Amino acid sequence: MSEVATSAHFKENVHEALTDARLQGALAFSRNFVGRRAAAVARLPEFDALRDSARAIKDHTLAHLDLYLEAYERKVRESGGEIHYAQDAEEARQIVIDLCQSMGAKSVTKGKSMIAEEIGLNHALEAAGIEPVETDLGEYIIQLRGETPSHIIAPAIHLTAKDVEQEFRKAHRDLPPDRSLAEPEQLLAEARQVLRAKFLAADVGITGANFLIAETGTSIIVTNEGNGDLTQILPQAHIVIASIEKVIPTLEDAAQLLRVLARSATGQDASVYTTLSTGPRRPSDPDGPRAYHVVILDNGRSTMLGGEFEDMLRCIRCGACMNHCPVYQAVGGHAYGWVYPGPMGAVLTPSLIGVAEGGQLPNASTFCGRCEAVCPVRIPLPNMMRHWREREFERRLSPAPLRYGLGFWAFFASRPTLYRLSADLAARALRFAGRGKGRFSWLPFAGGWTRYRDLAAPEGATFQSQWRARSGAVR
Amino acid sequence: MNSREAIFASIRRSLAVHGDEAPRRFEVETRLKEAPPGVVPKRGQGDLPARLATFKAEAERAQASLAEISDWAGAPAEIARFLRENNCPATLRMGADPRLAAMPWSETALEILHGPSDGRDVNAVSAAFAAIAETGTLALVSGADNPTTLNFLPDNHIVVLTRDAILGDYESVFAKLRGAYGKGGAPRTLNFITGPSRSADIEQTLLLGAHGPRRLHIVIVG
Repeated sequence: MSEVATSAHFKENVHEALTDARLQGALAFSRNFVGRRAAAVARLPEFDALRDSARAIKDHTLAHLDLYLEAYERKVRESGGEIHYAQDAEEARQIVIDLCQSMGAKSVTKGKSMIAEEIGLNHALEAAGIEPVETDLGEYIIQLRGETPSHIIAPAIHLTAKDVEQEFRKAHRDLPPDRSLAEPEQLLAEARQVLRAKFLAADVGITGANFLIAETGTSIIVTNEGNGDLTQILPQAHIVIASIEKVIPTLEDAAQLLRVLARSATGQDASVYTTLSTGPRRPSDPDGPRAYHVVILDNGRSTMLGGEFEDMLRCIRCGACMNHCPVYQAVGGHAYGWVYPGPMGAVLTPSLIGVAEGGQLPNASTFCGRCEAVCPVRIPLPNMMRHWREREFERRLSPAPLRYGLGFWAFFASRPTLYRLSADLAARALRFAGRGKGRFSWLPFAGGWTRYRDLAAPEGATFQSQWRARSGAVR
Repeated sequence: MNSREAIFASIRRSLAVHGDEAPRRFEVETRLKEAPPGVVPKRGQGDLPARLATFKAEAERAQASLAEISDWAGAPAEIARFLRENNCPATLRMGADPRLAAMPWSETALEILHGPSDGRDVNAVSAAFAAIAETGTLALVSGADNPTTLNFLPDNHIVVLTRDAILGDYESVFAKLRGAYGKGGAPRTLNFITGPSRSADIEQTLLLGAHGPRRLHIVIVG
């Protein structure tokens, strides 16, 4: 584990997020994703067939992951690249630092990489005296603020233009105070100018990978800004950091996945730049990196194979699940307390940092099922959150009142006659008690409900007794 | 055991395999060799006029601008017009692509610079390897002919594309790539480019010209 996780304090995080008016204002912008995705999907009749195809490609690759990694590794070496393996975050950080130091690197540009966030690479580089420069606009902004991303494809979605302006005025010392930065265009122009100099001065460029192609030893990145490209073609070396499940068999398979990725992520038919990189520059090439390294990270993923969380390894990090999640939309990404937010984070985080630390996140779901409905690789996210809840309960990690409450309920629920009798009794009692207003503004043990709204008083009979009466009448 | 061995051992333990199973190896080798296509959308399909029409419509949706000319000799005049009308300086950087080199640049007032960009160029021109009708996408390959820095550093990127290089889909570009580089081979960089650079990272407002070109102008020849 790298960045300190606060996932165990999910409830406190949520409370803070819900009462943060600035955050709630910024979160409104993230609701644009839903309509854009729907429009892109409506334009492509084959979209659902492509989702099935994408799922099948990932399932096939995961079932043969050892062999595809071997094939990929062979092709990387053939094309003049080097490949390194890291079992955990610590080892991955060390490999990257060693590589940078062996090249005498002082400054490193970075394309947006969730794996770099997962291993906490920036702090490690800084500690080693190497300056990491995030170049994705959103990542650059949150790097200035010392924050982690709040969304996997829109890292600064929790911020407003005003926040960004304040940050730039603080960080860009030679910025004239009378220069207007009121418009997003002006903020972008300012970042472009500052970062252009950083691109040209960098010794090493680090990117992630959306896919690794076994057939050709190629890494693929998908961006809209072009920052990932300037990151990898200008410095003397390009380092790719990617996790084991990013490998897929062929270029054709990449085409299938790319078609669902951009539409699910930003609602574009294609992202502006889809870049396939293979090895270092060729002898006759006038530009491009002279060295090409790939760091392959496991960090617990290999143990997810073959188990109940294997499906999660199909994830292509599009962010559609969080864009469509009522919980994410209400609390934003930082409340999840680690690198991956939203439904995919709620499933992945306990796998990567442990159920003791991340076990509360799978409870952050209304089980509405929209995440699964929009997932481009059809990951059964609600079902997997349910698996985690079961595990949390089995391991007695759930809060005691919840465990005892469930035990109490289970005692009645597994005794149908007793359950009917007591439910009937309770309904009558509540009807009697609430006969004045027909609702309760306070009830013992129901403060969590009545603090925000009244509880309607039952009308008398339970659902079961009404159902029995009704089906009797129909027959 | 080194980390590579440990990771492979862990994968194989989880999958309950030892890695030498002949049927698994056969399946993987076959897939890598045959590279079966999956679902290819109908949108990009059709004869050349249909592909051209789709390509133009999709490229414009992605905010690229377009011009059509009848032969390569007409490209310098069209590029000079584009730069003039957008108030761009009359300089143009290009690689060693023989198709670009053979053009009558002296008929224009453009100052022509050769080789990769160091970040100080405002305009550059490249010749495309292919294009994809399905999404209005250009495919450019790295090399001395068309250095990759030209695709990203200048403010204005102009790409010359022959009409018959407009293919239907990504799969057709990969077939063409295998023809040029051999099966399993690849250039250092293959760029698929769909419109000019953009960002929506500030308040989800879409802005053009993030780190790459602010304008992408496509000149279709033939």
